Amino acid sequence: MQCRFMIYRFDPEKDAEPHYQSYVVEAEPTDKILDCLNRIRWEQDASLAFRASCAHGICGSDAMVINGSIALGCQKLIRDFKTGNSFVIEPLPLFKVVKDLVVDLDPFFEKYRSIKPFLINDEPPPETERLQDPTDQKTIEPALSCILCASCTAACPINRADAEYLGPAALLRAFRYLFDSRDSAGSERLAELDRESGAWGCKTMRWCTEVCPKGIPVTKCITRIKTAIRRKEKADGDAHV
Amino acid sequence: MDHRYDVIIVGAGLAGLRAAIELSRDTRVAVITKVFATRSHSGAAQGGIGAAIGNEEKDDWQWHMFDTVKGSDYLGDQDAIEIMTTDAPRVVYELEHMGVPFNRTAEGKIAQRAFGGHTREFGAAPVKRACYAADRTGRVILDTLWERSLQRGIEFLHEYHVLSLLVEEGRCCGVCAYELSTGKIRILHCKALLMATGGAGKIFKTTSNAMASTGDGMALAYRAGAALQDMEFVQFHPTGIYKLGILISEAARGEGGILRNREGERFMERYAPTIKDLAPRDMVSRCILEEVRAGRGIDGKDYVNLDLTHLPQEEIGAKLAEIIGFARTYAGVDATREPIPVQPTCHYMMGGIAADSEGRVATDNESGIFEGLFAAGECACVSVHGANRLGCNSLLDTLVFGRRAGRTIAALVPLMDWPKVSATCEKEAVSRITDARGRKGSERIGAILSELQTQMMTSVSVFRCKQALSQARDALAGLKERYGRVALTDGSRRFNRELMDYFELGHMLDLAQVITQCALWREESRGAHFREDFPTRNDKDFLCHSMALWRDTGPPALMTRPVTITRFQPKERTY
Repeated sequence: MQCRFMIYRFDPEKDAEPHYQSYVVEAEPTDKILDCLNRIRWEQDASLAFRASCAHGICGSDAMVINGSIALGCQKLIRDFKTGNSFVIEPLPLFKVVKDLVVDLDPFFEKYRSIKPFLINDEPPPETERLQDPTDQKTIEPALSCILCASCTAACPINRADAEYLGPAALLRAFRYLFDSRDSAGSERLAELDRESGAWGCKTMRWCTEVCPKGIPVTKCITRIKTAIRRKEKADGDAHV
Repeated sequence: MDHRYDVIIVGAGLAGLRAAIELSRDTRVAVITKVFATRSHSGAAQGGIGAAIGNEEKDDWQWHMFDTVKGSDYLGDQDAIEIMTTDAPRVVYELEHMGVPFNRTAEGKIAQRAFGGHTREFGAAPVKRACYAADRTGRVILDTLWERSLQRGIEFLHEYHVLSLLVEEGRCCGVCAYELSTGKIRILHCKALLMATGGAGKIFKTTSNAMASTGDGMALAYRAGAALQDMEFVQFHPTGIYKLGILISEAARGEGGILRNREGERFMERYAPTIKDLAPRDMVSRCILEEVRAGRGIDGKDYVNLDLTHLPQEEIGAKLAEIIGFARTYAGVDATREPIPVQPTCHYMMGGIAADSEGRVATDNESGIFEGLFAAGECACVSVHGANRLGCNSLLDTLVFGRRAGRTIAALVPLMDWPKVSATCEKEAVSRITDARGRKGSERIGAILSELQTQMMTSVSVFRCKQALSQARDALAGLKERYGRVALTDGSRRFNRELMDYFELGHMLDLAQVITQCALWREESRGAHFREDFPTRNDKDFLCHSMALWRDTGPPALMTRPVTITRFQPKERTY
């Protein structure tokens, strides 16, 4: 069937303003949106810029806005949309557009780096593995499927209002290390997250959870960070008494 | 000159990152990657990493070594395989110490599962050897190594495409790269360059590989004078989602999944009575296509069913969460209730840049070494996988030999002086890019790419014969000639993907020619290379590696090199 794609175009080197360009693509209901973009690039307009690589929702390259909702171009098929055969494709909001659907994710990764996304444990490791209770491993499992596609952070309304806010993706990674029973920097991590631009920035609006292409309960994970902060405060308070 | 680094690593997958971490902090290193590091295709690995740590049942590195040798159809170099399988437990513990969140046994040890071709007591029965994190093992290892690199402050040059190597008097002294975000051409000098660019599955129409898997590193090194080894061995993974090629991990069968034909028969019992569905990938792929040929594909079509419906739902939902999601999203199938339609999909290159176990690159079949150039991971051929790689051995390969290449480079760099790069060498590299921009012609990249992929799929995939291969060889020559007339229409500087497509297509055409040429030469059947006109293995004439060298005119020069055999003499390969 014929599908019409209205695609956001902007090359800051040439264009004063962004504009939308229309393409008609022959597509099957089972084609991915990404397949259609590739076809446009290969058959009609080589100048269309977008990122993509694995094409099955694992590498996290191709988050974009499809008919008003944030999604991965490779994870949505034509048949998933009830809007018939018309599609509007735009870059992720929040981030600066480099060209067309490509946005500058440097600020996203800067925040991500700021939460110390690595295991901290100064104890010398044993000769074999550190033991970990399977239920402890299960605790962090939901966060492990994060592919850093930035959908959640782009969707978060708080993030749009407050440039300082860490945002859901960075907080989710913080959750992953905070609740890893092998990590020994829990108190420092909690102290870092105990601020308005940290965990408290989250107002549980759940947009992150709604858009996550991996189905991660992002809001729930952030709420667990808040609970841990409160618990620690209470414990510290009790200790002072 | 723009920039100088002691070491440049091309590729930010597991091999490249593991090598980077191995370098000392006072070494100036840049990791160049054409996609953002976490988008690297290592992240798509699902099932696990093999190591005989025996957490679930008794295991022994010698069994692992034997399985790898037998899996390779005796073409793997046994000294290298011994290095890999003895080092495997250390690798897994090291990953755990770095923070990789492996699944755990009830006692809290790293959990292990069964995988194709991995057995106990030299083939007696399947063994649980694959250490895993659900079905996202590659993803979490990639994340962990990347995060460790950030902690170490390693410099990344993201979205840089390397378009040629700078070679001066036989020494590799840097790269010429295109920076996507600005469109600038960058000349970078180094004392040592490590290729860790992964595979080239995009040469074939149906593949599990990423759009970025275009074999750039292999092709660049080949053009620069490195030997490519065993390129005829291309692995087709038996279980790609029908029509799409998206990978359904062998872990699905490791956890008890069964392949069935249209009659509902568990047909692998007939072909591999001992380990059935857990036979190695080359065999299972051939068996699926044999079933299809015999008219036993589902609805008479070219696929079979992968059945998980008899497995405990909750457990499978957790351990195979990703692939159940893929089946739902792309095939519209609820894998806990109905079978997944699958067919073989191009998955892995056993061949690659001829490298030794220290990462040094060969320039011929004797003792020639490419000064300044190193290779590790899928783009390299060490060779530990021989004619067919076992599942779970690729992550292991990247980490064992990535680290060893890193160590070799770390030891050498302080002794190396800065290379002198002539202006001509740099100029040539830059003009290759500037000449390509705004090319006029009558051919489109997309059309040639699509014909290349279809041709390779039809004639150079699971079943091969002289007639089809010769026809493919001629067709490739035609495509290459048309490539010379490609038009580039995008004049923009930034994010000029068309320009990158153009170079990637050139790389794929070069590699496709080598694969086809080597497949024509090898008149026997071994591992993933099956010749219908020579259906048996011929150790007398072909128990040797093939090597291909670039020639400016005409086909590549082919030569051979002996296989290293230490512990296990070649035997008939049955399962």
